Amino acid sequence: MSPLEENHIFSGTYGFVTNTLGGPDWLAYGMGAVAVIMIVVNGFLLIGTLFTWMERKVVGRFQSRVGPNRVGPFGILQAIADAVKLLFKEDIVPRRADRLLFNAAPIVMLAPSLLALAVIPFGRGSYVADLNIAVLYVVAMGGIASLAVLMAGYSSGNKLALLGSMRAVAMLLSYEIPLVMALLGITLLAGSMSMVDIIEAQHVPFLLVSPLGALIFLIAMSAELNRPPFDVTEAESELVGGYLTEYSGMKFGVFYLAEFCNVVLAGALFAILFLDGWEWAILPSHLWFLIKVFGFLFVASWVRATLPRMRIDQILTFAWKYLFPLSLVNVLALAVETIAWPDPSLGQLWIMVAVNWVIAALAIPLLSLVVDLKTPARAGRRVSPVEEAI
Amino acid sequence: MTMHTQPVIVNIGPHHPSTHGVFRMRLTMDGENILDVEPVIGYLHRGSEKLAEERHYTQVITLTDRMDYVASMTNNQAYVLSCEQLTGITPPDRGLYLRVIAAELQRVVSHLVATGFFLQDLGAFATPLMYAMRERERVLDLFEMLCGARITVSYMRIGGVFQDAPGEFWPALRRILDDFPSFIDELEDLISDNEIVRSRTQGVAVISGADAVNASITGPVLRASGVSWDLRKAAPYDVYDRVSFEVPLGEHGDNYDRYMIRIREIRESLKIVEQCVAQIEPGPVRATTAMLFRPPAGESYVPIEAPKGELGFYLVSDGSIAPYRMHVRAPSLINLTLLKQMLVGWKLADAIVSFGSIDVNMGEVDR
Repeated sequence: MSPLEENHIFSGTYGFVTNTLGGPDWLAYGMGAVAVIMIVVNGFLLIGTLFTWMERKVVGRFQSRVGPNRVGPFGILQAIADAVKLLFKEDIVPRRADRLLFNAAPIVMLAPSLLALAVIPFGRGSYVADLNIAVLYVVAMGGIASLAVLMAGYSSGNKLALLGSMRAVAMLLSYEIPLVMALLGITLLAGSMSMVDIIEAQHVPFLLVSPLGALIFLIAMSAELNRPPFDVTEAESELVGGYLTEYSGMKFGVFYLAEFCNVVLAGALFAILFLDGWEWAILPSHLWFLIKVFGFLFVASWVRATLPRMRIDQILTFAWKYLFPLSLVNVLALAVETIAWPDPSLGQLWIMVAVNWVIAALAIPLLSLVVDLKTPARAGRRVSPVEEAI
Repeated sequence: MTMHTQPVIVNIGPHHPSTHGVFRMRLTMDGENILDVEPVIGYLHRGSEKLAEERHYTQVITLTDRMDYVASMTNNQAYVLSCEQLTGITPPDRGLYLRVIAAELQRVVSHLVATGFFLQDLGAFATPLMYAMRERERVLDLFEMLCGARITVSYMRIGGVFQDAPGEFWPALRRILDDFPSFIDELEDLISDNEIVRSRTQGVAVISGADAVNASITGPVLRASGVSWDLRKAAPYDVYDRVSFEVPLGEHGDNYDRYMIRIREIRESLKIVEQCVAQIEPGPVRATTAMLFRPPAGESYVPIEAPKGELGFYLVSDGSIAPYRMHVRAPSLINLTLLKQMLVGWKLADAIVSFGSIDVNMGEVDR
């Protein structure tokens, strides 16, 4: 049986179409697949919408404001009100824009995050597909979002948008590597790239087994998602709206939704890869999974409300000089441990936890001693980067 | 092989979230690096100096409110001091104390706005700004008690202040004086030692003390470069010679010092208000003057230490009821002089932050 046929929604729809309606087999198969996709995609978009509300509420509280509270109870329908407003807005395409790319960019932005959903298990047995290269697939899909940012910025015919998208590309190139390295550590530990296998391999949550990996994942993911302190592609105080500057109406809305959906997706990934997915449940597995995801989302909002933005050269320096060696240390440690204990018992896993925390506690300060992160600005030298280059 | 590139001109402003009004910078950029800066001003020009020639001396006070609209009290103060020198009117003591209290509270407000927006420019997503604005509201409530207005106060008059502070003013002021130090600590805990703030601002856009003096830069920007020059000490006006306070000085003249100077000046301002509250005695708040008066022909200029630097109104009287000529020495405009030197060679993100660190107000730049 393919994973799809194990799905209750699929088999229910399949049975309904063949038995009750007497439809042909291919139609039943198609209907079943559509039903699953509808539920997963719409459910995910709903969670993304909910997150836009949650973030505004959480950040509002951080800033001693109330946040949205007019539409529906606790303002929970605010996102829907916003979407309706955006739908009625005039859809403006700048005269100097490249129309094709300009119109395609929002779709290219949203589509990969929906495609990546296929391999995300939302609860025990609730997934569309159990790909054996799921981790690789998700990373590949994540990379496409930056392409959409480049498309949007390039096609807008606006210098600020172009600057924003150039920053996005530079950041993608730099942070994809530590991100993949962090995921490589997880793959080594689990011995598989399948999400379900990874969850089942976590007798001890990988957050404990691979603390460095979790840290690198969090930082690199913030950069991939353009979240603060890496939000230089939008940087409203510098670039007005970055690549979003020229977008209006529902195209802007789609970008906005896609960004938040990507954060939710990252939360789901973190919950699966490091927090053991739906396991250790005291509640129904779907609910338990959602709680973990929203825990991540809360931390994301918290960071956003607290940290200022880094400068693009500092961001790149940080990635190459600090995060990249750190991720190498992480992979090396995990690889050695995996060779020593190819199939670790629970006791051996806990030893790995202890060893890895010690490595993390040593590697981070040691690396900051060895690698001089001090840009001219930090060292207090009175030269600007250009003068220094000359 | 080298790739052929060409610099690109990017307009920051006049409609841009971080130009603090309608400032415009024409940046010539090589990628992210700034090669040249051309500031363009004048989008908020309202002809205040010309308007003053058509109004009698008391009416001009309302025009001064609208110059630096974040610090109306000190604008009032500079103008009435200049008028008093012209006419020879001496205000009663209580009026002077109320002026200093109002002016120092205004300095607190102005510096809060400056630091809040500075951190906003750094990308701190409005949290420090909201904190600063929350506390600013409380000070504006005090202004409302004093004169009924919050922003365009017109509180000071030639020969004193508009009216005595009402009874509820003093307990409210007491509460602010008690709460503020802990609020400043909170703001500093939140952000001052943040690694990102430090790495973004320390050593960036340095102004040396000599350069600052040569460009006649004044105020916190000058003191951040290590030059001890504060008109409240150098040429005391009102009752500044009767209070003791420190003049905080920076060492490096970079963005971080300019930010820290303002934080420390807020603390000093609170000290001054504290001493004024202790020293103030009952009495009249305003010398009796005619609404319409004709000062003798002549000229006057009294510089004061406004939150943004040396502010002075140069008045020329021809003996009529209106100034013959009024010229404003606006610190915001003159502090912008070194903008190009500060920004060239740094990156776009630094340009925004450095511009924010000068703390200009476009209402005052263009007048």
